[in-house]
Amino acid sequence: MISAGIDCGAKTTKVVVMKDGKIVGKAKVLTGFDQNKAIMDAWDLALNNAKVSAGDVKQICGTGSGKNAVKSCFPSTRDLVNDIKAMGKGANFLFPKARTVADVGAEEGRAAKLDDKGNALDFAINEKCAAGAGAFIEAMGRALETPLEQMGLLALKSDKEIPMNAQCAIFAESEVVGLIHAKTAKQDISKSIHDAMASRIISMIRRIGVNEEVVMLGGVGYNPGFVEAMRRQLSIPKLFIPEEPEFGMAVGAAVVAAEED
Amino acid sequence: MLANYGYKDASGDFFITIDTEKCNGCGDCVEICPAKVFAVIDEDPNDPMREEPVAMVALDKKKKVKYECNPCKPSVDRPPLPCVQACKAGAISHSW
Amino acid sequence: MAEEKKPEFWRWTETNWVNPEVEWKKAKYITVGIDVGSVSTQAVIVADGEIFAYGNMRTGSDSPNSARNGLNFALEKTGMPESRIDYCIGTGYGRVNVPMADRSITEIACHARGANFIYGPQVRTVLDVGGQDIKAIQCDDMGKVTNFLMNDKCAAGTGRGMEVFSDLLGVPIIEVGERSYEVKQEPPAVSSTCVVYAKSEATGLLRKGWTTGEVLAAYCRAMAERIYSLVERVGVTPEFAITGGMAKNRGVIGRLMPMIGLEQAKTKWDTQIAGGVGAALFGYALCQKGKGREKK
Repeated sequence: MISAGIDCGAKTTKVVVMKDGKIVGKAKVLTGFDQNKAIMDAWDLALNNAKVSAGDVKQICGTGSGKNAVKSCFPSTRDLVNDIKAMGKGANFLFPKARTVADVGAEEGRAAKLDDKGNALDFAINEKCAAGAGAFIEAMGRALETPLEQMGLLALKSDKEIPMNAQCAIFAESEVVGLIHAKTAKQDISKSIHDAMASRIISMIRRIGVNEEVVMLGGVGYNPGFVEAMRRQLSIPKLFIPEEPEFGMAVGAAVVAAEED
Repeated sequence: MLANYGYKDASGDFFITIDTEKCNGCGDCVEICPAKVFAVIDEDPNDPMREEPVAMVALDKKKKVKYECNPCKPSVDRPPLPCVQACKAGAISHSW
Repeated sequence: MAEEKKPEFWRWTETNWVNPEVEWKKAKYITVGIDVGSVSTQAVIVADGEIFAYGNMRTGSDSPNSARNGLNFALEKTGMPESRIDYCIGTGYGRVNVPMADRSITEIACHARGANFIYGPQVRTVLDVGGQDIKAIQCDDMGKVTNFLMNDKCAAGTGRGMEVFSDLLGVPIIEVGERSYEVKQEPPAVSSTCVVYAKSEATGLLRKGWTTGEVLAAYCRAMAERIYSLVERVGVTPEFAITGGMAKNRGVIGRLMPMIGLEQAKTKWDTQIAGGVGAALFGYALCQKGKGREKK
């Protein structure tokens, strides 16, 4: 049975195609200002990647901040699931032993405590505030004049601890500029940024209880500086991160779509 | 004086209020808080004419109260807050 | 031939002033309050409870020198030597960096005291929106604080948040108010409170064909709503006064006042000096109580 999960996020739209419990294709495009177009573009690319046709897909499930746009693109879609459910099901599929999952997207950070089927027993969300989401690191990258992809590696070069006073992306930008003027090494500033971000995400996770097997989903999973800051502050040997962590929710949505049969 | 420490941002309203009329600067809240959110100072910087010590939310904590207080505020089965219980004068309250 | 300079949208006029009716040589106590804000610094000199002189300038990036520069600027036209000053209070965001201060007092206490002076003893609610914070204060008829909150965590509603938009739209900050009323119909507020997300939202609106005026109006309205939600928490009681730089932004204040439902108290003084005035007056009160500097 072929199902598809569509995660229309603030920054990127992801589609995952699953067949009989296996991921067979996926695609990602920038959401931009036209959600419907992004969904259709990602859809076409994913079908191509999976080598299936639109007609083969039995059930679609939509999630993400733009999930209503998924419904308007595919009116026959029965299911729209909220981010927490998609995240939990995705984490469970990718790491069946996962009981704690954190997903930091471009505009929102989420954490959940899961049961053995990926259902959320408890959850916490950092919403509507850039300091609790990927947007924070992005803004800091601009202030440091360092491309986002290099921010994490830069942070790994430092072993200093410079606490960040600002808890807001806008104020943190000024603070970073101040540190640059004070001739603080860029790598130390980058580490400080990642440490500050990690501490907010971890505090959110602590609200629901940390289980040793912590799964990390979302684009920030690519950031080694952030992952290391999380690992260090949680005092655990490692985090469980899938190869393409930004697809976590789309995977979860595809799982839910398949379940409905 | 009702001193509201904390903030309101897009994700919500997070204030710890200390009623300085009731507070006598005893420091029980400082002892009991696992996150070291409170501090007692001799000269109230908000009330220069006050002669008694007073409790406040520490400067390095007041912008992070939502995060600092999280361990005492699980989403389910939340017990009474240690700081509120410790204060015999009933000077402390939380907005969330 | 004028040089091509990069436009500085945040710039406003720096001023200093001396009160011709005050004879400093006859004063018993001369005290100064230095309010070092994140964006602007004011030094106010008070002689026996009357404002003698003040200076208002941009803080710049060098906070320790800002207090010194501010005080020099205030003293500039007075003909009075600095050594005549009996007591100095530092306040504001950078109050730890006022090296000549005998004591530092929070902006909360100083704004209440200062508002009591510049607006009169009937003022009960003071709203101060500065460069990096928003303060809502309830006070009594002596200017003593009875209830307050200060938000300095989140940029939404602050002068810094406004600067981000002023920059985004290429509108000098002193023109924002006026331009925000260049609309045929008042648009709804921007839906994101967070400045980072509001900026993306505004970019989207511009792409959809919204004019600069309309985007400014939507953002000013969002700022007004945000500020109102903070003031509400301490309560809104007449008379209601606004201090700080944002008081000069008609775009925000004009939309905020109908939400408050009160008249805005008026003053002949520059609203930005309220903190410095309060600080200097506390210095005066402490001197009168015998808690001033030890006289050598």
